Amino acid sequence: MKGARASRTTIALKLGMAVSGFIFLGFVLAHMYGNLKAFAGHDAFNEYAHHLRVLGEPMLPHEGALWILRLGLILSLVVHVYCAIVLWRRAARARTTKYVMKKDTGATRASLMMRWGGVTILVFLIWHLLNFTIGKVNPSGGATNDPYLLMVDTFDLWWMTLIYIVAMLALGAHLHHGIWSAAQTLGWTGTAAKRQRAKVFGFVIALIVSIGFSLVPLAVLAGIITK
Amino acid sequence: MNLTLKIWRQPDAVSAGAMHTYQLADVSPDMSFLEMLDVLNEQLNDQGEDPIAFDSDCREGICGMCGLMINGDAHGPEVTTTCQLHMRSFSDGETITIEPWRSDAFPVVKDLVVDRGAFDRIIQAGGYVSVNTGSAPEAHSVPVPKDDADRAFNVATCIGCGACVAACPNGSASLFMGAKVTHLGLLPQGQPERDERVVNMVAQHDHEGFGGCTNIGACTAACPKEIPLDVISQLNKDLRTAIKHGH
Repeated sequence: MKGARASRTTIALKLGMAVSGFIFLGFVLAHMYGNLKAFAGHDAFNEYAHHLRVLGEPMLPHEGALWILRLGLILSLVVHVYCAIVLWRRAARARTTKYVMKKDTGATRASLMMRWGGVTILVFLIWHLLNFTIGKVNPSGGATNDPYLLMVDTFDLWWMTLIYIVAMLALGAHLHHGIWSAAQTLGWTGTAAKRQRAKVFGFVIALIVSIGFSLVPLAVLAGIITK
Repeated sequence: MNLTLKIWRQPDAVSAGAMHTYQLADVSPDMSFLEMLDVLNEQLNDQGEDPIAFDSDCREGICGMCGLMINGDAHGPEVTTTCQLHMRSFSDGETITIEPWRSDAFPVVKDLVVDRGAFDRIIQAGGYVSVNTGSAPEAHSVPVPKDDADRAFNVATCIGCGACVAACPNGSASLFMGAKVTHLGLLPQGQPERDERVVNMVAQHDHEGFGGCTNIGACTAACPKEIPLDVISQLNKDLRTAIKHGH
């Protein structure tokens, strides 16, 4: 194809997924840090939540810094989901006649779960925002104006904790393949050693994130974190 | 060895195909996979049936012409081409499923034969180095670092068989393109056309209907020449650099 545009290729879409994915990774790590404040008690957790809203004041309006971050995340979500849908459709059209027998030799389970795992995370994200941000839904019917109490009430229900743990397993699997895959897409893994390092890094970060996020719900359920 | 063979039969490009089952007795474990199919075809000829069409040429693993999906693995269970696969890799009484490469960019011509012309068009889009004709320049006038020369040589071993596409869950030809882009991009002669090469090849790849890469690694596991995943990183990096240069 003479005179083709680089920005219109599948690799440009992959670059979009990689960059937006890394933005999510930064967010997820910061979010996990904030969650772990739950172990410091009611006041520390709520102060952190409040501080996020007054961050940058008086230079910025109330929730100004928070909305700048949120806009970045919303934009990343649009890019990530758009590129995923286009690439998913292209992949589906690339093989319309399926194999009678097909092994996925050389593939990790996480790498084959990226699309449905991503959909799982998106569905979870919608519930999670309804639960704690937009709707402030307290599934046990208690108060919703106190972030710490809302969190404890939610995870006191074993099935809510289970939903969150399943979501964190999906996120862990997504990051396990996604981090190394993004590094490869950005062209940072040009040797066998660099590729191995990226895979180990992806696995370690995935473990840290899925365990780090699961600690708080499990601690609530175990009675370590209480009202 | 006695084998049960389940083989895709399709009379031509437009007709529908289906799996057919054949019994084959007294197969020697020293036969190559294609020799086993030759024996089956002789049997079919004797019975007055149409022999099974499959591609082959050199039968020594260097031309890239043969390529079958065998029991769900491109080129079968060993790291080699179908012609260099031997029946000792299978066991007596085994059922072997044989299918053509499945990719909409590689349409089935007949039975197990696919048209891999899409690879030729990707190469025509940029997988070359343009040189002026005339007397050959002095080879020593363009020094190439040893590491680059070795790496370029290693990835130049790609024979374009299409196993990477066949194995890829996305039907992507990124390993093939990566091998070509890395091979030419590592050498001084490949520099002038480096940006256009990667952009035009990837655009042709997309136009042919191959899918995008998700770095699963099934391609490199299936590759008879063991082309490493590094080449896809290099491909991505070259495209990113081309974007930076305004392509």
